[in-house]
Amino acid sequence: MSSLSSQNSPPLAVEMRDIVIRFPGVLANDHVNLTLKQGEIHALLGENGAGKSTLMNSLAGLYKPVSGVMKVNGEVVNFNSPRDAIEKGIGMVYQHFMLVPTQTVTENILLGLKQPKFFMNLPAYDGRIHELQEQYGLKVDPTALIWQLSVGEQQRVEILKTLYRGANILILDEPTAVLAPQEIDDLMKTLRSLVDHGKSILFISHKLNEVTAVADRLTVLRKGRVTAEGIGIEGITREKLAELMVGRKVIFQVEKKEQEPGDVVLDVKEVSALNNKGFPALKKVSFNLRQGEILGIAGIAGNGQSELAEVITGLRPCSGSILINGRQAANQPPGKIINFGVSHIPEDRTGVGSAPNMSIAENTIMKNYDQEPIGSRWKINFASVREYATNLKEKYSILAPSINTMARKLSGGNLQKVILAREISCCPRMMVAVQPTRGLDVGAIESIQSLLLEQRENGTAILLISEELEELLSLCDRIAVIFEGELMGVVAAAEANLTNIGLMMTGSMRSPK
Amino acid sequence: MKSPFTIQIDKRSEDYPKWLPSATSLGAVIIAFIFCGIVLKLVGGQPLKVLGYFFTATFGSWGVFSDTLVKATPLIMIGLACSLAFKMKLWNIGAEGQFYLGAFFASMVVLVPLVPPDSPKIVILTAMVLMGMIGGAVWGFIPGILKAKYNVNEIITTLMLNYVAIYWNNYWIFGKWSDAGFQMTPMFEKTAWLPRLSDYAKQITGLSGITLHLGVVFGLVAAFGIWWIMERSRWGYEIKLIGDNPKAARYAGLNISRNIILVMMISGALAGLAGMAEVSGVVHRLQERISPGYGFTGIIVAWLAKLNPLAVIIVSILFGALIVAGREIQPSGIAFLLQGTILFMVISSDVLLKYKIRLVRNKEEKA
Repeated sequence: MSSLSSQNSPPLAVEMRDIVIRFPGVLANDHVNLTLKQGEIHALLGENGAGKSTLMNSLAGLYKPVSGVMKVNGEVVNFNSPRDAIEKGIGMVYQHFMLVPTQTVTENILLGLKQPKFFMNLPAYDGRIHELQEQYGLKVDPTALIWQLSVGEQQRVEILKTLYRGANILILDEPTAVLAPQEIDDLMKTLRSLVDHGKSILFISHKLNEVTAVADRLTVLRKGRVTAEGIGIEGITREKLAELMVGRKVIFQVEKKEQEPGDVVLDVKEVSALNNKGFPALKKVSFNLRQGEILGIAGIAGNGQSELAEVITGLRPCSGSILINGRQAANQPPGKIINFGVSHIPEDRTGVGSAPNMSIAENTIMKNYDQEPIGSRWKINFASVREYATNLKEKYSILAPSINTMARKLSGGNLQKVILAREISCCPRMMVAVQPTRGLDVGAIESIQSLLLEQRENGTAILLISEELEELLSLCDRIAVIFEGELMGVVAAAEANLTNIGLMMTGSMRSPK
Repeated sequence: MKSPFTIQIDKRSEDYPKWLPSATSLGAVIIAFIFCGIVLKLVGGQPLKVLGYFFTATFGSWGVFSDTLVKATPLIMIGLACSLAFKMKLWNIGAEGQFYLGAFFASMVVLVPLVPPDSPKIVILTAMVLMGMIGGAVWGFIPGILKAKYNVNEIITTLMLNYVAIYWNNYWIFGKWSDAGFQMTPMFEKTAWLPRLSDYAKQITGLSGITLHLGVVFGLVAAFGIWWIMERSRWGYEIKLIGDNPKAARYAGLNISRNIILVMMISGALAGLAGMAEVSGVVHRLQERISPGYGFTGIIVAWLAKLNPLAVIIVSILFGALIVAGREIQPSGIAFLLQGTILFMVISSDVLLKYKIRLVRNKEEKA
């Protein structure tokens, strides 16, 4: 696989021993060991909050460990800033790209460097960056502006940025979280080619299949401690990995009962809408959704999924017709659509789905504060609010000190549970769920998926918008694929073919019907 | 050459106890007084004497305490007006204008006149209260509807409307309503005066010269009313939700435009009521400069009270005292020095809510 030729000569690219990193009230890394050999791909796994990013940030010079020893290429290092780490050849690609959208690729790569000094002479640098690309097979037009690039291309720019700065050790923080399946394949090829050129790579992930596909060795963290250190990838099963991460067995195949869908709840006909920039985001989309059915919308991010959810929930104007239980819902205010029995798990759980400085209790009553027994004509009955919120906290096992804890203090998974608890408790007849498991760890994903299936059994019609094909395949009855605002086709999940869905997602194929 | 201790600043990860905000604010006020004392000492003053005089001049007797409360009255209502709007993150800095317009509308009752001048006192005063609130509400409605319908920045509109209101008042008191060419209207008949404690001096001795008027009751009732709205009512929940995350509020089906207009109008009405109370309870005529900047001090009051309606009462009394002291203590700048220092200290004390500050002994450096 990798170029682990001689056992004795080259020192380890990275050696971290007994690293302890503490935050107020949290022991983020508890005597963690990690080794990265020259020219290998090493995966770092763990649930959210396991301390993966913290550990990597300390290697990139962002945090200083309380104790422990760090060696890079056999030499003890003590980083005081990211600059120190860069000088030792460590480059980090963050999950959220640090790029200036209105500047070109070359300008972004040169940003913050000592050369060029005053006159930019961009064409000369464009040439040098082109050479670098040729060398590693990372194709991006150096003169293109960042905003014109796809997410995958932007990621390549980030990688080029670290390479241009002379990085030999690359750290990638959840590099695949933002990519489409085809782009993930490209990234895997890139990683291989980088290793072939002598680079060493550490990558953080909680997607088990990618890890098994590309890594040579892996280290697993759980709650700040190492549960598996540098074990080889051979013979490792996904179930074993999941257990190492979560600390208990995880059921992978959620149980979906066979059931016949009922009446049509949602009927969307020729709906078109514009995005925030005023460009067409949805083009004459038509589909329907039945009682007790989960319809998945598959597609690469930014192909109109967000707009579709907003149009149905009344948050975005549109043309065409949307019937919910026979009543016209297009261009109706959100409040009216809530009264139609539609609940909504929004894509942006902190920006839209919750009020950060309000308590869990106040967040759970957002949709029914005006209904008995919580709200009477003028006032809110806080005794019922407490009872209601306490019940939900227990029923959905929301982990928080109390129902008075502010929403912003919750972890992603717990916040999502608050939102889900709220949306399910207002007894929806239909539910629009957008990326309900994004960024959550295995345990939380499992519980949220089962909640969705439970809703399906209760006869709720669910529109599930997700970028995780695997999730769609295991939860949905039917899957519709969206590309550039058009539905490319609807397929039954049982007979879905991954390749075809992938082709539809990139617009290269359209299903016959 | 390392000191044995370092100051360690940690971000608070858990919720702070409920009493902490009040405690830090109180501590900040005390530190502000100490700081001003040091400044006075440095310029050769006698801080303790000044402090003592400050208290006797503002809280020392029923007479001066009543003066303090009279000054606090408009601040309470304006502080509440600002608290309500700020809670929804509507930056109404137009309380000054709303105050003037409230005063103007209330004066219309007497000067137009809107009710027959020989009506009973209760009729005239009720009309004045209503008109004062309507006047302020109108002045809140304009920026409210502009914000709701066209997303016009309310900071700009409310600020600009302050000047419009002041010059509108000037137009009438310099012109049509001028009392023999002076920039004031004739004094109102006694039937348009809010009852004062001194009115009862005949029955109860000791009340003579006590200028406290019914306006303070308006202020207190309003404070409890706004407290109830914010803490107990459905509408208060909506206001908080919109203030905390308007996108979430829209998603939860709230009508944001309607609430913007409503909050601006209620906020304006409270400031307008303050204007009414000032002309009817203190000045007894409409004239220039009926407000020494109450509308702006009210913003500070709301902020120092952390938008808590009940705390607004206490902060207003403190600021009322500062206004009275400014009149009594020479140079009058000392009161402003205190006012500014208090604001600075209280705002800085918020750091303690976000961070824990500890003194830790330095450990031996490890090799």
